[in-house]
Amino acid sequence: MPPELDQVVREEWGRLVALLLAHFRRLDLVEDALGDAVEAAARQWPRDGTPANPAGWLQTVARRRVVDRLRAEAMAQRRHALVVTDLERRPPRAMADPGDLVEDDLLRLVLMCTHPALAPESASALALRLVLGVSTHDIAALFLVPEPTMAARITRAKKKIVTAGIPFAVPDLAVLPDRLASVAQTAYLAFTAGYAPASGPDLLRTALAGEAVRLVRTVRALRPEDPTLTALLALMLLQHSRRDARLDDEGRLVLLDEQDRDRWHRDEIEEAGRLLASPGLLGVPLPEQAAGYLLQALVAAEHAAAPTSAQTRWDRIVILYDQLLEVSPSPPARLARAVAVAEAHGPRAGLAALDGLEVPGSHRVAAVRAELLARVGEVPAALEQLDTALAACGNDTERAHLRRRRAELAPTGG
Amino acid sequence: MKYLVLLMADGELPAWSTLSEEEQQAGMRQFEDFDAACRDRDGVEILAAEALGAADTATTVRTRGGERTVTDGPYAEAVEQLGGFYLLQAPDLDVVLELLTVLPPYDIQVSPVVDPY
Repeated sequence: MPPELDQVVREEWGRLVALLLAHFRRLDLVEDALGDAVEAAARQWPRDGTPANPAGWLQTVARRRVVDRLRAEAMAQRRHALVVTDLERRPPRAMADPGDLVEDDLLRLVLMCTHPALAPESASALALRLVLGVSTHDIAALFLVPEPTMAARITRAKKKIVTAGIPFAVPDLAVLPDRLASVAQTAYLAFTAGYAPASGPDLLRTALAGEAVRLVRTVRALRPEDPTLTALLALMLLQHSRRDARLDDEGRLVLLDEQDRDRWHRDEIEEAGRLLASPGLLGVPLPEQAAGYLLQALVAAEHAAAPTSAQTRWDRIVILYDQLLEVSPSPPARLARAVAVAEAHGPRAGLAALDGLEVPGSHRVAAVRAELLARVGEVPAALEQLDTALAACGNDTERAHLRRRRAELAPTGG
Repeated sequence: MKYLVLLMADGELPAWSTLSEEEQQAGMRQFEDFDAACRDRDGVEILAAEALGAADTATTVRTRGGERTVTDGPYAEAVEQLGGFYLLQAPDLDVVLELLTVLPPYDIQVSPVVDPY
């Protein structure tokens, strides 16, 4: 694909889909037509030169395709012939249109992709596909499923949008914050799938996290005052800023306290800091979800602000986790709080904070318990917990880390 | 578009027959409010609506291996206590979902009717 085409697909795909959809209301035709237009561009641009307005070129070609398809359908049905003529007469809307229409169209597209009547995992994939133009092949790789599986999932979601009449519309202002919250949830789901791989080797997952950040950025540009999107973008940027330091040269997991802080992306940390200082987040009551993202972002900001791991303000982090547990008490938050307590007040306090905590199916509680037991010198109990963690852990990189820790504690293999 | 709205189950509501007379009347008023909300909404029309007899009055017909059997009771795998239905004309799914908030909180399935065009 020529670089100019690659760039316009990356930057304008969502807007083009939104524009065409606003005009034709036929999701099934619009996306195929745009795909055809990109294919045609890949053939013609290297031969004839890149057009002056690449996005406009794609829009025009895709428009013609949709009209052709509608005409073919109308020929089959006769009765729609007049509709097609009418569509052809309408002037195309310019890409350069500076008005709110295009932005609202894009917001409509995002809200349609993340409609609550669609399964959340389909919604994430659909938003990456339709809003950001990520190829089905890449989305499949990002979510670690076979391409035909992902293609079927996306096709099913598109079919449901068309047949169930899921609207291409911005809902009433009264419910818009709720809907944006579900958009945020969808983006966070995609981000988490990329940031904390639950299984398999680490591959393209950083790219998925990056795409999820781009999605939140895109939606927040349309509704900059929304506190949930602002807090979430800050949280994601802070976590994403550590991506290059999380694995060493051999692809092994590097825990936070051992990470090379020079490899953190400082520009992203600074951007997150500006977001966290925005007026929409401070001194106002926040919806529960926004408050949850904000508190997690503030924890991440404490880590980002510490020049070294040893200088981390763990006492402040414990307080932030206490507040987070008040907003949304969840086992993972309790686990994170216990780690912070151990750092602030010693491993025994951490072990006490872990008392009675179980996260079914997760290896992390056992792994943390093992580490704290090792620190207070209870090696046999630590080994037992490490074995429990190893049995439950499905991620290759994390398993390697647990095995290394086990070998350090029991050099003779006991 | 046309939508078939199936009132699938009582959900957290007590069964209709166990309600007091006043509670039943309050329930009936919610159905009347739903009728009114549909009348007031542009592009929305109730094309058909009926309450259905209790599950133990349903009859199921199955054909297996060419043999047709008629048995007592509802088709258990699909619906335990389908209470009634609406056939609605509405512009899109969100309009239907919004109007359904006027009804008592049944468990509801909304299925689009296939448009031949």
